[in-house]
Amino acid sequence: MGTREEILNIIEKNSRIDVHELSVLLGAEELLVANELKALEDEGVICGYHTMVDWSKTSIEKVNALIEVKVTPTRGLGFDSIAERIYKYPEVTSVYLMSGGFDLMVILEGKSLQEVAGFVNNKLATLDTVLSTATHFILKKYKDHGTILTKQYEDTREKITP
Amino acid sequence: MRNPIGKKIVDIKPSGIRKFFDIVQETEGAISLGVGEPDFDTPWHIRDEGIYSLEKGRTFYTSNAGLKELRQEVSNYIKRSQGVTYDPLKEIFITVGGSEAIDLAFRAMIDEGDEVLIPQPSYVSYEPCAILADAKPVIIELKEENEFRLTAEEILEKVTDKTKILVLPFPNNPTGAIMEKEDLEKIAKVVIEKDLYVISDEIYGELSYNGKHVSIVSLPGMKERTILINGFSKAYAMTGWRLGYACGPEEIMKQMIKIHQFAIMCAPTTSQYAAVEALKNGDEDVKIMREEYNHRRRYLLNEFKKIGLPCFEPYGAFYVFPSIKKFGMSSDEFCTRLLKEEKLAVVPGTAFGDCGEGYIRISYAYSLENLKAAMERLERFISRL
Repeated sequence: MGTREEILNIIEKNSRIDVHELSVLLGAEELLVANELKALEDEGVICGYHTMVDWSKTSIEKVNALIEVKVTPTRGLGFDSIAERIYKYPEVTSVYLMSGGFDLMVILEGKSLQEVAGFVNNKLATLDTVLSTATHFILKKYKDHGTILTKQYEDTREKITP
Repeated sequence: MRNPIGKKIVDIKPSGIRKFFDIVQETEGAISLGVGEPDFDTPWHIRDEGIYSLEKGRTFYTSNAGLKELRQEVSNYIKRSQGVTYDPLKEIFITVGGSEAIDLAFRAMIDEGDEVLIPQPSYVSYEPCAILADAKPVIIELKEENEFRLTAEEILEKVTDKTKILVLPFPNNPTGAIMEKEDLEKIAKVVIEKDLYVISDEIYGELSYNGKHVSIVSLPGMKERTILINGFSKAYAMTGWRLGYACGPEEIMKQMIKIHQFAIMCAPTTSQYAAVEALKNGDEDVKIMREEYNHRRRYLLNEFKKIGLPCFEPYGAFYVFPSIKKFGMSSDEFCTRLLKEEKLAVVPGTAFGDCGEGYIRISYAYSLENLKAAMERLERFISRL
């Protein structure tokens, strides 16, 4: 049986793989692999099976922004309660607590520039604990989740070599 | 006009792979599982070091034996992987791929008529290089029932008082066979008893899937009678950089470097700088690639089982070597028909020695998606036979 790390390495890149195929790649019993997957899910190590979509290749408009947020931590709760207030908005896709020049990194997805700007002005900046925000719009994604979006793999090797 | 060509070279058969290569080139839409090099790109930090060395203007020859820093890193690597210490200044030098080292080892050690034991199926260059060095190649035919490992008995059957060198090509191309410590101990005993030297080609050493690769140089009494050959092509996906190395007793290295100095001067400088980075910071890359190869290896063996293609389980390199004997065709015929009828290219076992008859070499230096598409074709083909 491969290590947990090996299972996670595989499904992180291919969440569609089924238990049977996974057990072949790992050289392990199907039942063992199924149990391990279940355990990983129960422990929250595996938190979802998503699909990577490059929306820019569709006709559907999506705008992504990174927002640096400086906040005043709440007594007793630190940054957690303010983070929670922010991540509950469905348009927020990620929230990270950061070291360095600002506190929270908020990643946002909206339909248009105006929508994102509206969210920052009306919802985010008006929160009591938020001291300041700096919004950066994403212009182009080259690589996301370890996948290069701008180039297709091309096999340039000679077809037969010793 | 007189004949411009020397007799020795005319008598050497061209590589059996070449002929097949030409047919594949002409086949439109062919999927190939015939490649003997990694599908991964050289890890970026290694390429970056190569680029950086060019930017800094390191575009001159290095010393004949190669950059000191690189030889030191090679020495560190062998120490940490095999527990054997080589003097980086006297017992290690850098070559243009492992294949140059093979050639040089023969040329430095052979007197006319000396016999060289070459286990086959194996890489295509041992026999011609031995012949060019005026040796008499003596072929040992490895057997599937031994999982294509070399046994002491097989050596004893072929050894004569003229035998000087044993070639040890493990992990093996094309079979994927490995030699474990117990296998090597038996070989070492015979080698010492018969006073032979070993050329151990361990280019696939890092690609071992059943525990760590064991080198024969780690056995007592073997370092002093072994030329250890390795390189960067397979482990770090650096085939095009053309970089390898040889390690061995100082007196032999001295003579090999002499030929290298006249024939080559030094290995490519850019590649040498990149290789320093590979050995210093590349262990994790190798681990990731090895894990990926291992998944593909298991996938193929499982597919073979499903479609009824017998294959022993190989634990090394990135090849599987299934038997096609039950279909009553020669390897050549099988591969030619597979290519014509299903546009799938694999290499006939006979390209690696006559005893490869009845087998085909399938490389898994391809993505799983590629392998899946190829297995569909193979299954269709076999179901018609």
